[in-house]
Amino acid sequence: MEILDTTDRFARLAETPFKTTDAQGLSLPVRGGKFREIYDRRDLLGLLVRRDLQARYRDSVLGFLWTLIRPIVQFLMYYLVLGQFLRAAEGIPQFAIFLFAGLTIYSFFAEAVQGATSSILANAGLVKKIYLPREIFPLASVGAAGFMFLVQCVVLLSGAIIFQALPEPVEMLWFFPSVLLILVYALAFGILLSALNVYLRDVQYVTDVVMMLAMWGSPIVYSWTMVSEAFKTLGLPAWALEVYTNNPITLGVLGFRKAFWGAGTPADYPDDLLLRMLIAGIIGVVLLYISHRVFTRLQGNFAQEM
Amino acid sequence: MVLSPQPGPVVVCVEGVTKQFTVRKDNTLKERVVHAGRRGRTHKQEYVAVDGVDLEIQAGTTVGLLGPNGSGKSTLLKLIGGIVSPTEGRVMTRGRMAALLELGAGFHPDLSGRENVYLNASIMGMTRAETTERFDDILDFSGIGDFIDTQVKFYSSGMFVRLAFAVAVHTDPDVLLVDEVLAVGDEAFQRKCMERIAKFRKEGRTIVLVSHSAAQVQELCDRGIVLKDGKMVFDGNVNEAVSALRDVLEGRRVGEKPPPEPVKPIEVTRIEVLGDDGERSKVVPVGARMRIRVHVRARQPMPTWATGFSIDTPMGQMVLASNTERLGIDLPAIPAGDSSMDYVIETANFGAGQYFVNANVSEVIDIDTHVLMQGARFTMKGNDRNLGTVAATITAA
Repeated sequence: MEILDTTDRFARLAETPFKTTDAQGLSLPVRGGKFREIYDRRDLLGLLVRRDLQARYRDSVLGFLWTLIRPIVQFLMYYLVLGQFLRAAEGIPQFAIFLFAGLTIYSFFAEAVQGATSSILANAGLVKKIYLPREIFPLASVGAAGFMFLVQCVVLLSGAIIFQALPEPVEMLWFFPSVLLILVYALAFGILLSALNVYLRDVQYVTDVVMMLAMWGSPIVYSWTMVSEAFKTLGLPAWALEVYTNNPITLGVLGFRKAFWGAGTPADYPDDLLLRMLIAGIIGVVLLYISHRVFTRLQGNFAQEM
Repeated sequence: MVLSPQPGPVVVCVEGVTKQFTVRKDNTLKERVVHAGRRGRTHKQEYVAVDGVDLEIQAGTTVGLLGPNGSGKSTLLKLIGGIVSPTEGRVMTRGRMAALLELGAGFHPDLSGRENVYLNASIMGMTRAETTERFDDILDFSGIGDFIDTQVKFYSSGMFVRLAFAVAVHTDPDVLLVDEVLAVGDEAFQRKCMERIAKFRKEGRTIVLVSHSAAQVQELCDRGIVLKDGKMVFDGNVNEAVSALRDVLEGRRVGEKPPPEPVKPIEVTRIEVLGDDGERSKVVPVGARMRIRVHVRARQPMPTWATGFSIDTPMGQMVLASNTERLGIDLPAIPAGDSSMDYVIETANFGAGQYFVNANVSEVIDIDTHVLMQGARFTMKGNDRNLGTVAATITAA
């Protein structure tokens, strides 16, 4: 029997540091730990995002067009019922762009969180059979939602150009902090809920309901000024409006709208929007860290719980 | 059979690992609320799957994990693979690890074979460029041909498995974990898989294999580990591991109630394997003279009786059998009570390995026969010049 030279392999292995798995989970011998591990698997992350998108509309005649049909129908429904029948559009110039901007950023958040929540269970076959950094599944779901979001952004931008609703080009820079803020919160909730959902299947149904409600908790189909006026009329204390405004989703929606809806005046937005977003962003990063710690602790038993 | 010139560095190190599961019978919020508090405890069950296992595996060895169902061998493999974390202790591994745990675990039915190859290879840790480079080899090995661009949901189960195995063996693992998946595909493909695993061994890769098939473990492994109820009961030479496994399985059989059998007028009570010196012997050297003693018990005196014996491999394949009729022997009348008769095998030319002895007895041949299956076990030793179930003297000419 021929013996191949194994010296090279053995020498390389002898040099390699150990990866250790104990009750605390996996610890890697390299600097950068989890970030590095996920960065090294970015090929896989890309393929998983593609798989989600490719598989979604396989064998359908309209295929990829469905990515657009759903949000556009949703938009038309709100535009007609709320804007025209209930006359919400009268107080708001360029109501169509106002509405579509809000819906676009919110549906990114909702889809990312919902997709991530069920992601670990949906990939049970892989999670049970092979070691991968499990964070990759909620990340792939957020990535797929992000792709749909970008497509919708193109539609929004074309609409805004056609209706001449765009603000000054420098205002459009609001796009970045607001999307970043929403992304941080989507990741924090997505990663946490994906792990909890493995242990308690109700989480995904609760998430669906909460996402439906949360849409009305932010100024998406109505304007922020309507809320501040209503709060004054009802005689609610000032902090009530602060609580409403500092909801990170509200901040994200307001910032995102600033980037595409040029008809707004400073009165349409709360003061110090950027500062509020910065603080919310810092809190979001802390939440993301905590939710990842929880995820790491819970993932040790994923394989048995599915 | 260690092929590497010197033992490699340790690639897997398991230190005092215990894995405990809490099995809950309620999985929804409603059920948990209903069963909260004191009653909740009845809906929880603690289960220790792996109990204080210490283990080191050197690079280049092929290790077989053996044990009865529920002994924790699959859990141990999952612990090594990092799929579950231990409750206590720690598992250290290094090098690139690939798992053949369930073929096609990462396949998406709606994607084409080609897309799935890229996805699955990426899951196993290959980059896109590496996959492209080896794509033709993978396609060749799988034998899928033009179906590669068809969605995998239209594949036959054989094609599915062949493609999955082809991807798995073309990744470049240092450690390969295999869980009961080698019994797939047609015979030609199985042979191909076995050859590939043999090649992996030669290349100094480490293989950890879980199998129920003792013969497969004997063929492939250098080292056998036997688990029982989560504890490691044997670690060492693979032939001895298989006999340790047999002890574990028999030990378990003692606890079970034997099935009620209709009482026969004459029965085999036990079988003994005796060496040339007439002493009981579990190990027989190849080519030696051996004796098989069949003990019987008759309920009443009988004018005639007949016996037979057979020798099987652990796989159940018969290697030798004979009986009094074939040998042309008429046994003398038998009194009531215990008697015995011996068969002598002048030269036992069995290949090295485990064998089981069965025996039967009846008053008249083939009528109301009592059979004792696997009444004795012995190991053939001393022939490492050939494989298989027979021993022969082979020289190069």
